[in-house]
This record gives sequence, structure tokens and C-alpha cells, in this order.
Amino acid sequence: MPATEHTQPAPDQSAAVAAMPDFEPTIVAFVCNWCTYTAADLAGTARMVQSPNVRLVRMMCTGMVDPKYVLKALLSGADAVLVSGCHPGDCHYINGNYKARRRIKLLKEILTGFGVDERRLKLTWVGASEGNEFAETVNHMVAEVRELGPSDARTMMAI
Amino acid sequence: MATTAKIEVQNGNLLQSVQAFLHMLMDDGGVAGLLTPLHMGPGVVMPALVTEPERLKQADPLAPAFPLNAARIAAKLTRGGSPGGTLAAVLRPCEMRAFTELVKLNQGNLEDLAIVSLDCLGAYTNADYRTFAAGREPREASNQWAGQLLAGRSPDPADLPLAKACRACEHPVATGADITLGLIGMRGAGHLLVKAHTPRGEALLAKLRLPDTADPTARKDALAELVAGRTAFRDEMFEKTRAATASMPQLADYLAACVGCYNCRAACPVCYCRECVFLTDVFDHKPWQYLGWAKGKSALRMPTDTVLFHLTRLAHMSLSCVGCGQCSNACPNDVPVMELFRTVAARTQEAFAYEPGRSPDEPIPLSVFQAKEFAEITGGRD
Repeated sequence: MPATEHTQPAPDQSAAVAAMPDFEPTIVAFVCNWCTYTAADLAGTARMVQSPNVRLVRMMCTGMVDPKYVLKALLSGADAVLVSGCHPGDCHYINGNYKARRRIKLLKEILTGFGVDERRLKLTWVGASEGNEFAETVNHMVAEVRELGPSDARTMMAI
Repeated sequence: MATTAKIEVQNGNLLQSVQAFLHMLMDDGGVAGLLTPLHMGPGVVMPALVTEPERLKQADPLAPAFPLNAARIAAKLTRGGSPGGTLAAVLRPCEMRAFTELVKLNQGNLEDLAIVSLDCLGAYTNADYRTFAAGREPREASNQWAGQLLAGRSPDPADLPLAKACRACEHPVATGADITLGLIGMRGAGHLLVKAHTPRGEALLAKLRLPDTADPTARKDALAELVAGRTAFRDEMFEKTRAATASMPQLADYLAACVGCYNCRAACPVCYCRECVFLTDVFDHKPWQYLGWAKGKSALRMPTDTVLFHLTRLAHMSLSCVGCGQCSNACPNDVPVMELFRTVAARTQEAFAYEPGRSPDEPIPLSVFQAKEFAEITGGRD
């Protein structure tokens, strides 16, 4: 989806970009062992070009991504968080990804209320064979977050 | 149709009529144990499980005191086995709604407890209640307070404001209670309205042989007016809180006085984890971690993890937040926790079209899912 399609206001955008012209975003990604992690592995072994801004955390299932992992990452300096798992119907544990979807929905409601741009939290479905899809997701997200600028939680004294 | 009966009010003494009703519940209704707010000493009202009706002389469900949300007590009384006799509890509407949430979480049981709820006129904060009750006969004070309030007059000579949570509460009447006692809009009627809403409530009420009556229209209007006023106060509170927490740094400022005592969590009736992660060694960070964070930020606010604590609690329980305000009541540093939690809860509850305590049959949104829903979260793909 092109960035221009988002209607969410991004109050931190212009100031942050002006302040940090060489800004390289840090993205923490919680990925499912069975689908997206395998896809990431495939993208790597196939030597697809990917931005090096993503720190992968391999989970057994997106259904075990506790909301506080996402919150902790954002408060600890991550500019965005990606959660990625199996397509609906493909969950290794039957329904973990559906549970993840509700939790991400909830987190988005909470975080956007505090002015966090919606694009700083993403849930995607990337299957094990979709190495290209994974590389695309990462590259797209990095570009988007680079546009948004650094998260203003980075400079907060409190965590 | 619900059974509607009445209890006479003698000389405007509301509390006496309420006590008489509770007495009847025990004597004629066969209630073996009744949980009700009771005067414990000067300025202290606490729930007590009464087994001897004589004790009800000290009972005071009208007292504008709200030291804790009794939903947890109700859960304790019903969890893991039958109590071995009929139990009843006098709960405020917010306590009832919180109890319903705990029942959904298998932490309490509606089967073993008959719930009686009075129209809720609100309460003071703990500190203000002590000021209110100082040097007065406490039951007399409650009675006068309720009488004045119901008559539309300022209820207290010192003109203390009620707790903010109560002023913002749009639920003066309990949903799901077996029996409700109506006070609002009953002025001039000379009686209180007793209504049974469930088969258990009907059976209980039948045993008391109270005279039948009709639901006066004045009551409906008075309730609508009260709710409208409270809703307006609530919406203004939402507006202010949103403006004060419009960014993460603003949120950090909002929570700046938090010392991480977790009193708000302990006081919260719907913070459901049996063991809180914030008390585990997950948050026993190593010294080098602190220094690392501090270097990254130029200065690290201590204690750490206070913003994370509140955000995590919002993620865990905002969907079940009933807005009782005990979090603010318990805060030693006057962090406006209730305002924040109610404001965020309004947003999350709306997102899932969920209202906590509305019905025990309505599952908590994070405990269920559907195969096709919220496609916008994954960019329209499901």
C-alpha cells in the first residue's frame, strides 16, 4: 500500500526528518518459526536484497507475542514493530495468528491514542515459501518508517 | 415482567428502610450470609459477611464510602465450591459489573450468590470520606447525605466533591443484579422501589411478601437526567485526558509521579492475573542494563518500567475496565490513573463493540476470535 493512502496524522514526521537526515530506523520483528522465519531464511539464502534495519525475534507462534513485548520494544527505542506469522488457516497451532490479530488490533487502538503513528506497528501474514514477500514487506516498512522519522519514545527519559 | 414491590420509608429515614430490607432477606429470605458495607469504626466502612441479622444495625450501603471494589470479595466467596448456604451480597453497580467480568474469567461464580444492588449515588475518595465523617454519627451522616442528594441539594456542608470516577459514571443502576433497590426519583413516593430481575431474585422477593407497586415515571426522568449530567462530565474528562496524553512523551509526563508501587493494580477489580509479571524477576534488570539505557537516553528516569507497566495494564484490562476509580483512590501520588484508563478503555471497548459487565454470556474480546475479522489490521488481507 503506498504511504500516501494513509490518513493517520503523523505529528512527529517533519520535525524528526529535518533533525535527522541520515536516520536509519530500527525495526523489531517478532516472527513465527513455521512461516515468516522460514520465509526470512529463504529470502536470505536466495540472496534477496533486504534493508538491514530489522532485528528478528523468532517466536514459536505469533499467538505468543504478548502485548508487552511490543510495548517494551517501542519504549526501548525501536522505531517500529513488525509481527508476522502464518496466513489464516495455516497456523501450526491452529489459531494462534487469529489471537495475534486481536491483540494487534487492541495495541493499535491504545498506541494511536497516544499519537503513535499506526504504521509503526504492523501485522502481516507471510508463508514459509514467500521469501520475496518477506523481503518486500521489510523493504516497504523500512522505507515507510524512514519517512516517519525516529520514534519520539527514543528520547524519553522514562521507559 | 419484573416483580416490583415497595418498602415504606419512615420519617425520611432511608437507611432504616434499607436495613429493614436486608434484615428481611436474612430472616424471611433464608439468606445465611450477607455481604454488605458495615461501619467498622470512625470513618471506616468495609464490606463484612454478616451471619447474624443483629449486626445489620451497623450496615450502611448508603455510605458515600468506597474503600475497595468488592467484586474481588464476591469472587473469593464463590470461587471453587459451594459456600454451603445461600449467600447474598450488596454490591454497587460497578462492583457488579466487575464481578461479572471476573465470572467470565472463571474467578468467581454467579450461581452461588444472590446480588442486591442499590441505586448508586456515588462516593467520596477515601481521604474525603474521612473528612466527611469526622465527628458525626456515621449512619446519620449517610442518611442525611443521601436524602439531600436525592432532593437535589448539595449533600454536604463542607461541599466536598464526589470522587471523579463517580461523577463520570453513567451506570447508577446495576445490570444483572438479582434485586435492585431504587432510590432515585422516589422522593415524595414515601417508599423505596424493590425490583427482581432474575428467577432467583423473584423467588427471594416472593418470600419477603412485600406489597406490590408500579415503577413511577418520575424515576425514569430523574435517572435520565442524572445519567446525562454524568455523561457530560465524563466526555469532558475524556477530552482533557486525550489532550494531555496526545504523544508518548506527554504520556510519560502524565505518569511522571508514578513510583511503581502497583497500588492501582492491587486495587483494580479486573486486573485478573493471579501472579503479576511486574512482580517477577523479568523486571530485575542487571546494573549494566540500566547504565546502557541511561547512555542511550542521556538520562534514565528511575524507577524504570513505569510507562511500560501502565501500558501493559491497559493492554491487559482496559477491555474489562468498569471505571470504578479505585486505581486513583489507591494512588499515593495522585496520578490521574482513572481518567487515563477510562479514556483508553472507552476507545478499546468501542473497537471491539464490548461493554464490560453487560452480560455474563458476552465473552471478553481477547478470549475469542473469528476467522474473518479486522482485515484492516493486515492491510486488507485475511
